[in-house]
Amino acid sequence: MSLSIKDDEIDIVIGALRPDLTSFMNEWRTIFSRFHLIIVKDPDLKEELKIPEGFNLDVYKKPDIDRVVGTSTSTIFSGYSCRYFGYLVSRKKYIISVDDDCYPAKDNKGILVDAVAQHITNLTTPATPFFFNTLYDPFTEGADFVRGYPFSLRSGVQCALSCGLWLNLADYDAPTQALKPEERNSRYVDAVLTVPARTLMPISGINIAFNREVIGPALLPSLRLGGEGKFRWETMEDIWSGMCVKVVCDHLGLGVKTGMPYVWRNDRGDAIASLRKEWEGVKLMEEVVPFFQSVRLSREATTTEDCVAEVANVVKEQLESKDPMFARAAKAMVDWVKLWKSVGSSTSSPGA
Amino acid sequence: MVEPATATQAAAPVMPQLKDELDIVIPTIRNLDFLEMWRPFFQPYHLIIVQDGDPSKTIKVPPGFDYELYNRNDINKILGPKASCISFKDSACRCFGYMVSKKKYIFTIDDDCFVAKDPSGKAVNALEQHIKNLQCPSTPFFFNTLYDPFREGADFVRGYPFSLREGVPTAVSHGLWLNIPDYDAPTQLVKPLERNTRFVDAVLTIPKGTLFPMCGMNLAFDRDLIGPAMYFGLMGDGQPIGRYDDMWAGWCIKVICDHLGLGVKTGLPYIYHSKASNPFVNLRKEYKGIFWQEEIIPFFQQAVLPKDCTTVQKCYVELAKQVKEKLSKVDPYFDKLADAMVTWIKAWDELNPPTAGSVPNGKAA
Repeated sequence: MSLSIKDDEIDIVIGALRPDLTSFMNEWRTIFSRFHLIIVKDPDLKEELKIPEGFNLDVYKKPDIDRVVGTSTSTIFSGYSCRYFGYLVSRKKYIISVDDDCYPAKDNKGILVDAVAQHITNLTTPATPFFFNTLYDPFTEGADFVRGYPFSLRSGVQCALSCGLWLNLADYDAPTQALKPEERNSRYVDAVLTVPARTLMPISGINIAFNREVIGPALLPSLRLGGEGKFRWETMEDIWSGMCVKVVCDHLGLGVKTGMPYVWRNDRGDAIASLRKEWEGVKLMEEVVPFFQSVRLSREATTTEDCVAEVANVVKEQLESKDPMFARAAKAMVDWVKLWKSVGSSTSSPGA
Repeated sequence: MVEPATATQAAAPVMPQLKDELDIVIPTIRNLDFLEMWRPFFQPYHLIIVQDGDPSKTIKVPPGFDYELYNRNDINKILGPKASCISFKDSACRCFGYMVSKKKYIFTIDDDCFVAKDPSGKAVNALEQHIKNLQCPSTPFFFNTLYDPFREGADFVRGYPFSLREGVPTAVSHGLWLNIPDYDAPTQLVKPLERNTRFVDAVLTIPKGTLFPMCGMNLAFDRDLIGPAMYFGLMGDGQPIGRYDDMWAGWCIKVICDHLGLGVKTGLPYIYHSKASNPFVNLRKEYKGIFWQEEIIPFFQQAVLPKDCTTVQKCYVELAKQVKEKLSKVDPYFDKLADAMVTWIKAWDELNPPTAGSVPNGKAA
């Protein structure tokens, strides 16, 4: 853990899609217990939450969400999107969020991975999006910039987002997992790397951390599939949100890292059963990816809120006619910026 | 502490792949003792040795290897006046080996690189991994968070568009090094004891539009797809710069690969780099490069090739033109380099005339 980061600068936000968080919380206890947690219960979940003792936490349920944003707006926080409510009400600088079906992983030496510490290290060391370093993260112990890396680019930029990975059940879409039902990810890749500028990628919400003060409003509940369900492979909300975040980061000169930390993702769900629901998400990506690759934000967009508002406009202009889902997504983005401004604490100075 | 694999640990593969389609190009000025370490993996393949330095010296090749060896006299004889584009007293001369090869694939390695061990202690067959990398598609248009989706036990992640999952042909496979890392002189001076002990079990495609520092120590490429662009520049004797040969080639090939829709991979395999070169000698060779790369990199980042550049040679000649136009003002060296780039292409085409019915390499993206 970086010595300069105080524990009270961090919120751990957990979206509870299942009622019994006992084993989840106990598995993470040694890592989570020193931090403040925000647990947001999926408003669609009927059962009571079961949370073990010994944590410093705030729990938000449907009535709380209704009270803060109004009953009509609270629907945007259904399912996996419930965690965005946690981002909205947090007042901390850094947020770390993992799915409630993930446990701490073990590295290649069998040592438990402190995912929080690794995310914080990622967020508090510079990112290097303008030139690829072949030894991956140059700021990690035992590594550096390689020969041929321009010196003017070695101070890097602020890292706004840290995307972690998953052992065991990888974040595949339903068709892929259905085709390879036995496949599990057992490869622990000992690296963190910066995703280069203008390179897009599918940012999974399963294991993620970010600097809320710098990029908070850009992680947003926006794209909701018609058949969105309660398994990750029945959603695209995080992928859509992640594309927005990367475009905004590229525009503002902020960095995005990917790689460690790993979490262990438990087996859950039936990919074949989900296939029917997931097709629309898979088809949508064919439009979504070229769209985001073409988005260019204006010079006047100097804050994250401005950037998100501009992306929303472009979504409306260019994608609305292709599927009503995009029209709803654009509106949700505009509404989110308003919500963030009124409920969320404003971001600090725009990205470097 | 990492250690290299011993000669006995390296076990020869049952079926050496592509042994008639791949040449191993090795530049050397001292000796080829290191080949003993690689014997189980290299022996089935044809070697092209490019002997740098004094041509009257005899470089002994360990027995049992099938090879051709070229010294400076050979290079001068074969290329005539065009030999001026091949560096002297610098490992950049290795690119002569690429030019005279008749094979589809090239693997090039430095003579101070040994067989590495993976974390389980198993000897790494670098050649086998490079071949895998080159024969599997690359995915430059969208980043896969689980790295190479074609590797055993991996795949494309949720959100990866299906239309991009076929990938593009891989032109270059850039391997890494354990033990002595490939640092520049200033970094070496500051961290003389740093060793790379981290074995990162990944291969990944370098995204389109992203440049990287390509190291020639452990490199393989598809000669048919990108060969003419693998010119390692003017370095060494009589030149103001050294240790930028592979860097220069790397920037050129990346721009061209991006333009032609070809892929470049980096990561596995690892080799064990045993010899740390003298940082003061290195500083003298590369210090101009340290300044110049500040101009060179924006040049390559902004380089645009016209649509009618549909072959590697056309792309390369166009790039040479742009180098002359835009980098000559940095130093007259670039003027000379641009000319040498054109000379190289002429020499390449002379030594590699298109066969009847051959398909032009690449296509504009």
